[in-house]
Parts: sequence; C-alpha cells; structure tokens
Amino acid sequence: MHTGVRALALARWRLAIALSAIVAALYFGFIFAVAFAKDTMAHEIAPGLSLGILAGAAVIIGAWLTTWFYVSWANRYFDPALRAINAKRRP
Amino acid sequence: MSQTSLGEPNLTAIAFFFIFIAITLAITFWAARRTKTTEEFFAAGRTISGRQNGFALAGDYMSAASFLGIAGLVSLSGFDGLIYSTGWLVGWPVVLFLIAEPLRNLGKYTFADVVSFRLRQTPVRISAAIGTLAVVSFYLIAQMVGAGNLIKLMFGISYELAVVIVGCVMLAYVLIGGMIATTWVQIVKAVLLLGGAALLCVLTLAQFSFNPAELFAKAADMYGREVLAPGKQVANPWDAISLGLALMFGTAGLPHILMRFYTVPDAKAARQSVFWATGLIGVFYLMTFILGFGAMVLVGREAIMAVDKGGNMAAPLLAEVLGGTGLLGFIAAVAFATILAVVAGLTLSGAAALSHDLWVSVHRKGDAPHSEQLLVARIATVALGIVAIILGIAFKGQNVAFMVGLAFAVAASGNFPALVLSIFWRAYTTMGAVASIITGTASSLLLIALSPTIMIDVMGGESAIFPLKNPAIITIPLGFATGIIVSLLWPEPAARDAYEAKERRMITGVE
Repeated sequence: MHTGVRALALARWRLAIALSAIVAALYFGFIFAVAFAKDTMAHEIAPGLSLGILAGAAVIIGAWLTTWFYVSWANRYFDPALRAINAKRRP
Repeated sequence: MSQTSLGEPNLTAIAFFFIFIAITLAITFWAARRTKTTEEFFAAGRTISGRQNGFALAGDYMSAASFLGIAGLVSLSGFDGLIYSTGWLVGWPVVLFLIAEPLRNLGKYTFADVVSFRLRQTPVRISAAIGTLAVVSFYLIAQMVGAGNLIKLMFGISYELAVVIVGCVMLAYVLIGGMIATTWVQIVKAVLLLGGAALLCVLTLAQFSFNPAELFAKAADMYGREVLAPGKQVANPWDAISLGLALMFGTAGLPHILMRFYTVPDAKAARQSVFWATGLIGVFYLMTFILGFGAMVLVGREAIMAVDKGGNMAAPLLAEVLGGTGLLGFIAAVAFATILAVVAGLTLSGAAALSHDLWVSVHRKGDAPHSEQLLVARIATVALGIVAIILGIAFKGQNVAFMVGLAFAVAASGNFPALVLSIFWRAYTTMGAVASIITGTASSLLLIALSPTIMIDVMGGESAIFPLKNPAIITIPLGFATGIIVSLLWPEPAARDAYEAKERRMITGVE
C-alpha cells in the first residue's frame, strides 16, 4: 500500500479514537456524577440553575464542539493531504 | 388550566395536516420523475448535499418519541429528562469519528456492504440483514403504536384508522419517490419541528424575562427543589450506565441512519452532514428541556397527567396554553408529520436489506438487472408497509416503550461491533462477523426478555432473572468478544490479504 495513505489512515484513526474517548469521558463522567454524586449535582449555582443542568448542557455543547474540531481538522489537514496523494498517483 | 380541546377534532390541526400532506405528495411526484434507477431509489442518486443530509439525519432522529416523550418526561420528573437527551446526542460524534466516512467510501446502499467488503458475501449479508430487520421491526412497532395512540389523542380518530393512514401515506412517499422523496419529507419535517419547538421556546421564555434559570426556579418553587436534581430515573446507577452505552453506540448501528450516508456525493459531505445533524439535534434537545419545564410551570403536572399518564401530551398542551387552539393544531400536525417521516425512513432501510442484501447479493449473487432490482425493492417496500400496519394494530394497547431501547441495544451489540471490527481490524473474518451480529442480537433479545422491563412491567411478574432494564453493558462487550475470539480461532488469510485494498478505498474513496 502507498505509505502516504497508510500514514494518513493512522493519523485519522488516532484522532478518531482520542476524540471518541473524550466524548465518552464527558458523557460517562456526567452519568457517574448524576448516579453517585446526586447532592453535588443538586447544588444551585444561581437560583434555578443547578450544577446538574449546567453539566448536562455542557455535555451536549461539548459533544458538538468535538465534531466541530474533527471537521475543521479534516478540512484543513486530511483533505489537502489526500489530494496531494491522489495527485502523485496520477502522473 | 382547566380545559383542553385536545382529542377533539381540531380544524387547525386538520388544515395544517392536509397542507403538509399536499406539500409532501407534491415533493413525492417531483421526486418520482428523478427516481428511475436503484441508485436513485435507495441513495437519491447521491445528490444530497452535506447540509441537506444533516437536516434529513436530524429529521430521522428527532422522532415523536424524542419530541413528545422527552418534553413529557421533563415536565413530570424535571432534570432526569436531560439524562436521555445527552445519551441520544453523544451517539453522533461516535458516528462521525468511527463510521461516516469509511461507510460512504466503502458501501453502496446498506451497512452490510461495508461489513462484507472483503469477506464472503452470503453468510455476512444474511446475518447483517437479520440485524437490520430486527432493529427496523422493533423501531417500527414503537413508532406505529406511538402513532396510533398520539393521533387518537390529538385528532380524536380511531387507533386503527390512524395506523392505516400512517402506513398508506408513508408507502406513497417511499414507493413513488424513493429516497429522494423520503429525504425531502425528512428535511421539511425537520424544519417544521425545529421551527415549532423554537416558537414554543420563545413564547415560554418570554414569560420569564428570557432567562431559563428563572423558569427553572419557578418550577422548583412550585414542585420542590428536587426537580432540578437527579431523581428516581437513576435509582440504579448501573441501569443508567447500561442505557447510556446502548444510546452512545446504538446510533452508529441504526440501519436507517447509516443508509443516509450513501445519499451524499462523497466522504467530505458525509462528514459535513454529521456536523450539521449534531448541532441541530443538540439545539433541539436543549429546547425540549425548556419546553418540559415550561409545561410543568404553565400547564401544571396534574393537567398533563390528566390527559396522558406518561406525560406525552406536555408539549401540545403547552402550545395550547401559549397560543390557543391554533398553535395546538400546528404542533399536533408537526408531531403527525414527524411520525410519518420516521416510518418512511425505517421502511426504506428495511427494503434495502431485503432487496439489496438478500435478493440481489445472496440470491442472485450480485448479478441482477437494474429493472429487477428496482422491482424487488418496491415489492419489499409494500411488504414492509403491510407488516408495519399489521404489527401496529397487533400491538395495540401494549406497553412498547421498551422497544426503542431494544432497537438501540441490538444496533449497539450486533451491528456496531461488526461495523467497527470490519473497518478497523485486519484479522476480522467472515465467521467473526457472523458471530458478532448473531451473538449481539440474540443476547440482547434474550436479556431483555429476562429483564424487569418484560418480566415485571409487561408480564406483571414479581421479579426478573436479569437485573438491568437495558442489557448493553453485557451485550456490547459480548458482541465484540465473540467476533474477536472466533476470528482468532479460525483465521481467514484471504480476508486478511484483502484488507490493504479496503483501507486504501476507505481513505481515498477510490479503488
């Protein structure tokens, strides 16, 4: 196999695993906190705004930010690298 | 609030509903002229843009269950609804990072294309079709029964008639307009649903100086501080974690979601579409959370439970309080449209498994003329439509809420491990793929049958053999482990050697 493709596949694979792990950590961190630290999650930072609600909203926003990070990485790094490889293969 | 017109024939609802049907049927006939080949029927000719597909994916995912169900759950138990919303959302980054681009580069119509890529076609296709049809059937039953109940509640027509209407209109979309019509119906519905939810949200927050915290504080004053804190939905933490695993990894194994990635021109558009879908679904879930609290405060729990004990009517009731019968009618019509569109997407993915995987790839060994493929696809669609109507009527009055959880458990434990291992693991074999899908699917079915959901809630027993409501915490590792062990015990050198070609195509999109 073309070494460039192999290297690109590995780079993408590594980032994909890392970002998946971040999302899993965010989400299961939230679930564990909800399950085992109920009192902390019930604490209200401002009247009506409990830590739990804030954490849940943060998980949703965090999940979206990781997709944003991946897409901008892929657009800026992955796609140009792929174009370069394809250009080399077609002399 | 003392009285509601919910359940009586509502002129606005019926008017909005007919406008929606008229627009979507117009789209369907427009799509029909562009639906001449199998590729157009199943994959919209691969002409959908990333953003359009993002809306369509969001439409497929924002079912009536998540709109009415989560708003209802929040209105009755407050904070706990957020646990479900976050779970349903975090499946999307997983789809993006691990599945979307390889899927688009490797396959044609179904996820079985990807799993069977370098493996022996017949065994893998048959087991993937079993995994697909299992997920699609459970999801369909949940949608059809939900449709019958909701439409009966909102429009006052009989359950059976509601199910038949949903089945027939959905069949018209799919049969005549294929994936092009299904996608555009999905986009129209997603825009309507997001618009409707946003309108309700603005009208609700207008009464609380546009400050959600003020709304939450009012709810806590009325019903106690515990509405802002984890409550009885997380009585057993392991239940919450097991459900979380099913939601997180199940999305990446839902056939009707995966199929959408074939409607875009390339991997870049596939990537873009998940980005849009995640954003839209995230905003939608944040809005349903506010709507739930809005209903709790402005409608009141007693009034919500008086109409439906499960709270499913919280959002329509809130619409009535905020905007009278007119707004109620609009929201009711949107909920109906939602069910129609989701059922259409499910049917199309089931039809693809029957015709593309079983008929063309297994029975005809991949060699069938296009006209025959299209004919079989349409016959499969009609068959599934009829099955959906029969199942919907057969399960009338049954508690089917667990079926969505079951669909996610099967998708996460059977389809997801097979997809991930086939994409990323060189040494995966035909036997391993069959083992993953069959073990994951069968173990999910067995453990749910032995769970408190079935043994206590449905059968009315005293205790259950398996302690958790969702089996994913056991069955996902089981699906991966059997696939890995079987592959290691019976290696398949030909499949191993073909991996490099698969990896190249997965990355570059060309052979």
